[in-house]
Amino acid sequence: MGGRVRTVALHLHSAYRLHASVALRPEPFGALAYHYGNRKLVFLKSPMMVEVVRTLGDHPSIEAALTAAGVPAAAYEKYVEALASLERSDMLEVA
Amino acid sequence: MALVEQLKGGLDAPICLTWELTYACNLACIHCLSSSGRRDPGELSTDECLAVIDELARMQVFYVNIGGGEPTIRPDFFQIVDHAVASGVGVKFSTNGSRIDAAVAKRIAGSDYIDVQISLDGADAATNDAVRGDGSYNTAITAMEHLYDAGFGAFKISVVMTRHNVSQLDAFEALAARYGAELRLTRLRPSGRGADTWDQLHLSQGDQRALYAWLVKRPHVLTGDSFFHLSALGESLPGLNLCGAGRIVCLIDPVGSVYACPFVLHDEFKAGNVREQGGFAHIWHSSDLFTSLREPASPGACASCGSYDSCQGGCMAAKFFTGLPLDGPDPECVWGNADDELARIASAAMVKPSPGPGHSKPVSISLGRRSPVTH
Repeated sequence: MGGRVRTVALHLHSAYRLHASVALRPEPFGALAYHYGNRKLVFLKSPMMVEVVRTLGDHPSIEAALTAAGVPAAAYEKYVEALASLERSDMLEVA
Repeated sequence: MALVEQLKGGLDAPICLTWELTYACNLACIHCLSSSGRRDPGELSTDECLAVIDELARMQVFYVNIGGGEPTIRPDFFQIVDHAVASGVGVKFSTNGSRIDAAVAKRIAGSDYIDVQISLDGADAATNDAVRGDGSYNTAITAMEHLYDAGFGAFKISVVMTRHNVSQLDAFEALAARYGAELRLTRLRPSGRGADTWDQLHLSQGDQRALYAWLVKRPHVLTGDSFFHLSALGESLPGLNLCGAGRIVCLIDPVGSVYACPFVLHDEFKAGNVREQGGFAHIWHSSDLFTSLREPASPGACASCGSYDSCQGGCMAAKFFTGLPLDGPDPECVWGNADDELARIASAAMVKPSPGPGHSKPVSISLGRRSPVTH
């Protein structure tokens, strides 16, 4: 939608943070993330994913955030995919 | 546990909270689910409304869907909206457009936190005005022009689907495109005055199949998750596909009563009142009604149907107000599984639950420069 060409490819070594217009609300399954600008609502389906997203901006890279949150290295690829999907919904922004 | 199962067990706060600010309305739509018309003398005061906003902010409710009645009729409408925005609670309000003049359009276009939904039930004046009243089509279109001119962006055009407008789907889509709006289609419910007009307005089986086929090809069309009973026809429509009543959805009415969803304004589904000790949060977390709605539901008469996993037995409100058991098929079950029971109810002249007298009494409200409208 919108036809905007994205030039940014999110990867392990890039630095991101939660978009300034996004609020997180803790829930029993993880959290809800809501973007006040585009009004998208996203379910973060595990507490570890919530921790990664919440602290993303405190770290120099995605890899550092994953490590600090205790994500096992074998799961990095899945997490990067999930974060890339959040970035496509503008839930994350380049730090 | 799957996410959908988690959601059925309830959330810490609603995702979709509808708040009807007033029963007053300058229109008298024949399907109005809150039977609106005249203001109720017991409606929440300005201070009480601001306190509700404060509580929603504490619960981290992201946004509230404000409706009515015609919410913009309240003189404190913008005071309430501004307080919500300042508290981090977004507002999406539904309106017939009569108060969206150039100045109001410009004002609301300036905030990311405010969204607006213009109600329109026909793609031409004849179809729309038959349901919403004379002149209401032109009023809605004028409001859309003001929003477009103000650069609002993608406001919503909200259409309740009836057998009279279901052939106009492409025309609605074109109308939305003309104003840079998003199209939102919702299901007619036999609630409020809709109970009296259900038989003449609700979709036929053929209409339902046509609508499903149209929606499947257009995942960008918003539906408020209201057609999940059609998912029995094939692939699921976008959305959570479950009855959210008391789980992720609820309604606060103008006098502060809290109901399980916007379509069940009836004592059976009243969970409490925000004026009571503990307020809204206590009702959401602990009311007997919401607690029971979050328990696993029995498929009842639908247990032997292969579609139950897709349609979940349909809409609680639609069943309730047509006199059907809540643990059986929806009156618009795509396989016609409710037809025998509906025929039995009709032939036995059984008394269906009454939505009550509502507020459908004659009203005369002057709106700005417009002449008073009398019904």
